[in-house]
Amino acid sequence: MTINTMAKGGWQREQMICFRMMEKMIVAMQDPDMGMKLRNQRLLITVIPHAMTGHDIIIWLIHKYSVCEEEALHLGGMLVKYGYIYPLKEPRSLVLQPDESPYRFQTPYFWTSTRWPASELDYAIYLAKKNIRKQGELMEYEKERYSLLHKKINHTWDFVVMQAREQLRASKQRRKADRIVLECQEQAYWLINRPPPGVHNMLDVGLERQNNFNLRATLNSDFYKNEIEVYRRALGRNRVKSSICLEGVPVPTRLRVERWSFSFMELLNDAMGRQEFMLYLEKEFSAENLYFWQACEEIRHGESSKIVEKVEEVYKNFLAPGAARWVNIDSKTMDKTLEGIKQPHRFVLDDAQMHIYFLMKKDSYPRYLKSDLYKNMLAKAIVPQETKKSVFPFMRRQRHSSPSPAQAVAQVTEEEGRHKGAG
Amino acid sequence: MCDQTFMAATFGPCDSCGKASPLMNIYIKSEAINYCSFCVEMMACQQLQKGETLQSLKKESDSLKKKLEEERGKLNDVELHQVAEKVEVLSSLSIKTRRVLKGHGNKVLCVDWCKDKRRLVSSSQDGKAIVWDAFTLNKEHGVTLPCTWVMACAYAPSGCAVACGGLDNKCSVVPLSLDKNENLAAKKKSVAMHTNYVSGCTFTNSDMQLLTSSGDGTCALWDVESGQLLQSFHGHTADVLSLDLAPSETGNTFVSGGCDMKANVWDMRSGQNIQSFESHESDINCVRYYPSGDAFASASDDATCRFYDLRADREVAVYQKDSVIFGASSVDFSLSGRLLFAGYNDYTINVWDVLKGTRVSILFGHENRVSRVRVSPDGTALCSASWDNTLRIWA
Repeated sequence: MTINTMAKGGWQREQMICFRMMEKMIVAMQDPDMGMKLRNQRLLITVIPHAMTGHDIIIWLIHKYSVCEEEALHLGGMLVKYGYIYPLKEPRSLVLQPDESPYRFQTPYFWTSTRWPASELDYAIYLAKKNIRKQGELMEYEKERYSLLHKKINHTWDFVVMQAREQLRASKQRRKADRIVLECQEQAYWLINRPPPGVHNMLDVGLERQNNFNLRATLNSDFYKNEIEVYRRALGRNRVKSSICLEGVPVPTRLRVERWSFSFMELLNDAMGRQEFMLYLEKEFSAENLYFWQACEEIRHGESSKIVEKVEEVYKNFLAPGAARWVNIDSKTMDKTLEGIKQPHRFVLDDAQMHIYFLMKKDSYPRYLKSDLYKNMLAKAIVPQETKKSVFPFMRRQRHSSPSPAQAVAQVTEEEGRHKGAG
Repeated sequence: MCDQTFMAATFGPCDSCGKASPLMNIYIKSEAINYCSFCVEMMACQQLQKGETLQSLKKESDSLKKKLEEERGKLNDVELHQVAEKVEVLSSLSIKTRRVLKGHGNKVLCVDWCKDKRRLVSSSQDGKAIVWDAFTLNKEHGVTLPCTWVMACAYAPSGCAVACGGLDNKCSVVPLSLDKNENLAAKKKSVAMHTNYVSGCTFTNSDMQLLTSSGDGTCALWDVESGQLLQSFHGHTADVLSLDLAPSETGNTFVSGGCDMKANVWDMRSGQNIQSFESHESDINCVRYYPSGDAFASASDDATCRFYDLRADREVAVYQKDSVIFGASSVDFSLSGRLLFAGYNDYTINVWDVLKGTRVSILFGHENRVSRVRVSPDGTALCSASWDNTLRIWA
């Protein structure tokens, strides 16, 4: 074969990566200790060495990568489709059969990545060889391509034919088994690099992407100055410790979030609900109400010995004039409470607490239920498995169409038009 | 460059390159500089300051980069999967193909859901964009574009228009009309103009603005009505392949990923690159925000998907497996953000547990590469677009 002197273009970067990964896998499969057990296969009357069955491949993949049979079959199938393993029995069908069908590893010489891209010259020589070896062995599509090539590279046609003859002569001197193997290998290579019509092209990578290497020219001072500025800015950023930002509240269930809308008490009784409500109040700058309510609860349900000091705290933080978290209570209640604090007991703050409770219930609570914070919480909430199936629309066959959003808009504009016309 | 003859008053080592040569005595801000003529030329062309060379700038840039990595590492006191240990294990998923949408004549490259949770728009290499009703499999609209490889398509928030773009270097907005006979392509309006293919597009919170990413290395924000460029975003050094808008009412940041292996977060108002992440080993094909908006995931040709936290300012998880060796082309989160659906070039979709980092499930069915996966707005279904000319709805 002629040596391909064309350098591998940068745009095949994407393919190269998965080729490298597949090759690593293939090398692992051929490892003398942990690799596959190869044996001799009988093909008609010749014995081919170093072969394995499809079944063996799948078992090896299952063990090595701890995957299920379906995935192993799929993975092995990809290795065959890309030509790293080729079938001996039906060489034209690059499919992995999970049975006793024999397969062999492709020689690295014929790996797609080794000689990319496959050259027209090599293809012409291959087709010429086939043609000379047995007249009529070429398939229809191969005949068409052969004549196309004949027109395209006519100037080197003598070389093509000469090379083909030489290679055929050399192969005649090999043992039959080797010859068959080489033919299979070569055929597998061309089945991938020049797929028959109708078979999808494994090497199709879609659109060419510009490569970083093309930009070497523009790695000038402006580029580096920009980079330096970006890095400087990035260094100045405030970063949060992983333990804090990854903590995240465990996601509640939908039912739980919905209960918060049943009554204000439900919301306050659920720790998560209360926390969420607090977040909302912080945004509204009225969080002191909830803090006050919580502090009152602590006094009501807390240790008797701590009541006096706790009431002191509450007075300092919430009731004293100029307090940091001053709560807005009506003057009558405030006076009564301040009087009562002089003789602190468990229920001295009850009136004030009640006042604030109703304030939140009437004002902040309904607004919270309408807020994005609550709606997002509802949307994020998990719906447990059991309740799902009946809700999922795609489980049922839907036959009737729904009005398109565009229709709704059209109707409105139509009506508006009519109004305008009438008015 | 013409030959200059000048009187060389001094001869000696150049201040910049150190070689002994005739020196040009020049003054920069009344400071005497003795450079050889070559270095003067270089300085003038490259707009370098005194003492700067390309190498010194590169060195500075590299050392800042290293310092940034160190800073990021300092606050890394716990790993995501460690935090996730106390989260309960997911029960096994049972996801199957529920619908197969056939109708495109060539590879389907992109898909987007409508807010009504049942319609979607898909675009293909054959130059067509089709609007489907995913429940009934009805094709409601079809637009033919004058180019092949329509790589980007998006549904407008109102549901009344779609945007699509690709090899024509433009992104056009097509209002969806109800008249079946009307040729939608006639009403098509070119909004975005790039100098290379358009790889991704999305409407912002309204029908009025469109955000696009392009193979020319930039992203841009456009006004749909006038077609005016409102803001452009420069910073990528290679094709930008994907973008995603942050999910928030105020919505003014977005993330983009490209062939330079970087994922950048941008401020839409100022056009500045706020944060940058470079940990992938190959092209980033897709970026997608986590539902809370504090993190995002990326899919790359290096066969991994990665999860980045914006507040911690670093990569917090890598989703990879020995048996997954083909590039990931697209990712999307489930509604709660617990699951990450990723489409791969080996025709499969892998479902990852975002918190624990393990693979939960693998979906087979497509007969060629999966080019895009999108979860429906209510989280009840997943749509995948593939090079096998079909789309599949999974639930």
